Amino acid sequence: MTQRRVFLKAGLAAAAAVAAPHLAAQTGERVVVIGGGFGGATAARYLRRLNPALQVTLVEPASEFVMCPLSNRVVHGGLQLRDISRPYSRFVTNNGLRWVRARADGIDLAAREVRAGAERLPYDRLIVSPGVDYVYDGIEGMGTPAQQARVPHAWKAGEQTQQLRNMLQAMPDDGVVVMTIPKVPYRCPPGPYERASLIAYFLQTRKPKGKLLVFDANPEIQAKKGLFEAVWKARYGDRIEYFPNADLKGVDTQAGVLDFDLHGKVKAQVINVIPPQRAGAIARSSGLANVSNRWCGVDFLSYESTVAKRVYVLGDSIAGAPGMPKSGHMANQEAKVCAGAIAAQSLGMDVPSNPIIANTCYSFVSQSEVIHVAAVYRYDAAKKTMVPAPGAGGVSAQPSTMEGLYAMSWATNIMNDTLG
Amino acid sequence: MVKTPQRLIEAPQRLAKAARRFALLAMATLSASAWAQNSTADAAAFQVKLWAASCMACHGTDGRAEGTGLTIGGLPAKDLLDKLLGYKRGTLPATIMHQHAKGYSDDELSRIADYFSSLK
Repeated sequence: MTQRRVFLKAGLAAAAAVAAPHLAAQTGERVVVIGGGFGGATAARYLRRLNPALQVTLVEPASEFVMCPLSNRVVHGGLQLRDISRPYSRFVTNNGLRWVRARADGIDLAAREVRAGAERLPYDRLIVSPGVDYVYDGIEGMGTPAQQARVPHAWKAGEQTQQLRNMLQAMPDDGVVVMTIPKVPYRCPPGPYERASLIAYFLQTRKPKGKLLVFDANPEIQAKKGLFEAVWKARYGDRIEYFPNADLKGVDTQAGVLDFDLHGKVKAQVINVIPPQRAGAIARSSGLANVSNRWCGVDFLSYESTVAKRVYVLGDSIAGAPGMPKSGHMANQEAKVCAGAIAAQSLGMDVPSNPIIANTCYSFVSQSEVIHVAAVYRYDAAKKTMVPAPGAGGVSAQPSTMEGLYAMSWATNIMNDTLG
Repeated sequence: MVKTPQRLIEAPQRLAKAARRFALLAMATLSASAWAQNSTADAAAFQVKLWAASCMACHGTDGRAEGTGLTIGGLPAKDLLDKLLGYKRGTLPATIMHQHAKGYSDDELSRIADYFSSLK
């Protein structure tokens, strides 16, 4: 074909695209999604629902998804890991995805290519949703994998959740459990306090002479504060002791001794250190973590990275708008905005300019009683950020078993919506 | 027979040609504005679809929920809107929906209700 005819063809195609933007859908852009959690899986699914012409590849090494919500119920023995797990196999088939079962090792932003195991995956658009990484730098004695393995964080549901469960079961009747909570922001603001409640519940029913000490690097409980304080006082009394402003200096993982700046040395039979967190490794190594070298800045209309065009970051790895929690529910919501922005453009439309998303978060405070926090976030065009909708949102009036049923249904429905 | 001047024969032809041109132009203009209107409507409908997608985390994809989650897909739009407005105004009791409904304008709730109603 002559040069002239090539130009002519390209010119005609361009003219056609201008005249009928919906034809752009036929081009079927290649979208690669790194991470099959609430952010990545929801994005992959909704991309295909909003524009079936898109070619979507999911990069996820695990065979199944284990959800963090409800994982504290596995810790106290109310649920099994299998109750909160779901294999990826049916999900990828149902949604017409290509699944690359490998860890994403690197992103070449200039060449628009992801390296995953032996595969090179070229993309037109890339979604990065890798969750969080755990930072042990500032904690003496926890630098090696062996030391970290003796003290599970159980802050990514899976093996460590079971390990913490086993440690609690095996501890002596009068054992001491210590939990440490990092400074915000971390994944799931109410999560540590839900875990404290459920460990206290476990002690009350199984180890009545046991005790839980909670050392929080923050000055106070970070979510649902009044409700947690009330239920701890009423239900668990002095079984839980709470220490605010507690900076963890180090842990002797062999001897089971923690060292705090203000409170000194504390010995425990079960130690659960929830370490400080930052964006997942792949987000940092590819240069997307431009906010304090820790989190990824995004445009809240599309979740496009503020560093790289056509690259989007979702979920716990982003630098959230003030008051926007890192939660599975939020990742699901962000994913739909992102999928919507990508699909709209592929269909010849502009990026929708008025996103409205919501957070719904249930916490168990005992085997059956639950409290919630809810919020609605709207886009503020002047500030270019999400802001809580005035007058909306709030928490439960009190813990209730009815909300316990709602919480279990919420978990089923969001799992179906994410991985259906 | 008086010979009709060529000019007069051509005049209607020219007129017809001009009229055709005008019609084509008018059609083009009309379809462009119709397309613009359609695309504005498409964009608005797409935005509503994404608002509704937010609700699906609890109410199920396409509004089909399990357990105590309420299935809202395919319900009459009026019933859905009455409930949403009831939660928003505090005339209907709720554990959590009043906190969500207050985040939306009445018009947004109405569009969301219409959308879920359309999911048969």
